[in-house]
Amino acid sequence: MTDANTQGAGQAAQASNGQGLANQAEIESVVGRILVELKDIPGPLLPILHEVQHQLGYVPDSSLPIIGKALNISRAEVHGVVTFYHHFSSKPRGRHIIEVCRAESCQSMGGRDLEAHAKSALGLDWYQTTMDKEITLEPVFCLGNCACSPAIRVGDEVYGRMDAEQFDEIVDELRTVPLAFSANPAEVK
Amino acid sequence: MTAIVKVFIPRDSAALSVGAERVSKKLTQLAAEQDTVVDLVRNGSRGLFWLEPMVEVDTPEGRVAYGPVAPKDLPSLIEAGLLNNASPSDRQAHPLYLGLTEEIEYLKKQQRLTFARAGIIDPVSLTDYKSTHGYDGLVRALDMSSQALVDEVKDSGLRGRGGAAFPTGIKWQTVLNTPAEQKYIICNADEGDSGTFADRLQMEADPFALIEGMTIAGLAVEATQGYIYLREEYPHAKDILNEAIQVAEQNGYLGENILDSGKTFHLEVRIGAKAYICGEETALMESLEGKRGMVRPKPPLPAIEGLFGQPTVVNNVLSLSTIAIILAKGGKFYQEFGMGRSRGTMPFQLAGNLKYPGLVETAFGITMKELLFDFGGGTRSGRPMRSVQSGGPLGAYLPESQWHLEMDYEALSAEGAVLGHGGLVAFDDTVDMLEQARFSMEFCVEESCGKCTPCRIGSTRGVEVIDRIRADENRDDNLELLEDLCDTMVSGSLCAMGGMTPFPVQSALEHFGEDFQKPSNNQEAGQ
Repeated sequence: MTDANTQGAGQAAQASNGQGLANQAEIESVVGRILVELKDIPGPLLPILHEVQHQLGYVPDSSLPIIGKALNISRAEVHGVVTFYHHFSSKPRGRHIIEVCRAESCQSMGGRDLEAHAKSALGLDWYQTTMDKEITLEPVFCLGNCACSPAIRVGDEVYGRMDAEQFDEIVDELRTVPLAFSANPAEVK
Repeated sequence: MTAIVKVFIPRDSAALSVGAERVSKKLTQLAAEQDTVVDLVRNGSRGLFWLEPMVEVDTPEGRVAYGPVAPKDLPSLIEAGLLNNASPSDRQAHPLYLGLTEEIEYLKKQQRLTFARAGIIDPVSLTDYKSTHGYDGLVRALDMSSQALVDEVKDSGLRGRGGAAFPTGIKWQTVLNTPAEQKYIICNADEGDSGTFADRLQMEADPFALIEGMTIAGLAVEATQGYIYLREEYPHAKDILNEAIQVAEQNGYLGENILDSGKTFHLEVRIGAKAYICGEETALMESLEGKRGMVRPKPPLPAIEGLFGQPTVVNNVLSLSTIAIILAKGGKFYQEFGMGRSRGTMPFQLAGNLKYPGLVETAFGITMKELLFDFGGGTRSGRPMRSVQSGGPLGAYLPESQWHLEMDYEALSAEGAVLGHGGLVAFDDTVDMLEQARFSMEFCVEESCGKCTPCRIGSTRGVEVIDRIRADENRDDNLELLEDLCDTMVSGSLCAMGGMTPFPVQSALEHFGEDFQKPSNNQEAGQ
């Protein structure tokens, strides 16, 4: 427990530099509401974590003891689950998440070059966020779009037959339309 | 005032990923401008993905197709009679015209049973589903005993389509025979294998078939609760499934007292959180219970002690969706397709560097070559095809000398190859097989649950050893070490993750050994 606490505090301190960090009162109220709704369903932990991340953008370390107490499991167990799954993030991420598929089908259609391009165009390595907190780059292993490889995902939209040029266009759109994110950046003409 | 024209534009993820939404918006706008009333149906995809976005129009001759359509093509398509009752000869004038959809060779040559409705119906329309023999299976099942249902599935010869190919009927029998207060049906929709998309297409194109199959499974083993464990990477499938479940509930096909039979079956979608290992059934159940997705040792079998310690059927999306047609048409009907012990049809998925990638459902026994060339059309890049990975990231890489193999569980495994979930990923001659082998190990590092040592540590050592081979550091010794390491992982791992990760590595070594003998490609050595 002590270890988990120390580590948690460390991560929180690191994250506090970032924009998008929720304050404790907000965390308690959001998590409290989610727990009321979900804690009594069978196998509630993943649905709760999904909802916390959906509403706060990440799963704050300070939410773990609250969730653990409600489910009668230790904070360490909740921490173990959060860190097991690639989807859950313990720190705030960018407003947009760009996931680039790294799996074999995409590799066969130039995916490795696309990965390299994405990293250099954004100046990021995996799981890093741009300085302006706009974009986080993440790897993904298969989007099920293997007949239209290579593929990327931005939020809940998947894009196929991707290349460096289209990637840059998408990033441009994400950066220049800050208030109304369009699911399909290329406007109908 | 012109007649109402019925137009179909898919809402499937793949079609959306190449612009189907933009096509749909533009068409609506153009139709409104010329006062044409369009009945726009957002269907699933037919699985002819190189033609997406594919636009279909209902005509007196039948449905005709155009593709791949970009928004900028629409004005000329409309001019060529897209929305009028133009004659086939007028339509033919447009370069994107594909003729009657059903007559497209790629589709016509298939035997679609599981995917009979894909791309034809509106996926969330219960009326469409029922008008195409949907729910015939459930209606029949409600009049049968549990044992008769299990027997019907046994008769069909259906084996698990997730990849393990275990006979579905036998699994069900075990669950039926195990008394319990509560039993569960889990649909494994954690389709993580690269090169596969059939589960996604099924859920997005015909979700009611899955719902019906799960309901029948519930009746067969006396389970009243089902969960679809869907990967987080499939947001569109989530929306479509939830929409369909709601429609089924509202119409008495799910919930209490299904179709006034007194039977109960509840169904819920649960979302994974990006972990390949959760496609392994015991890790999946741990995840559903709210734990880390750690593999459980077997026994106990999930059929006896599964979710929350209760008897549980865990089946793949395709297996469960196929149950619907097996019950509608009978186990015997289904069993007549296929070869050897692989009965029925298999939805093969052609992916990677192919000219015509897509879904090809056909009876077992078709050769890999027919799939890759007669259907797939060879590489998209136009370069010679060099290597094909069959059965996902844990499947072997096959050289040309093995492409004559028949697609059948036993025929492939006799050659050290894997049919798995039916995906084929083609690579041209620019592929570096050492890099592919390294990736297999790296993938295992990322995705191992960590429970057993050969998988957790072996994969990390594997990456390191391959890096040393690449750097020409004691190459021969390291090649030997790599083979030893592969043996250890195959024999010593708890589940298929560690046990099969060496398959692609070993096959790369065996068939593409020259790629492990190249001079070190440090910057100095590069040409």
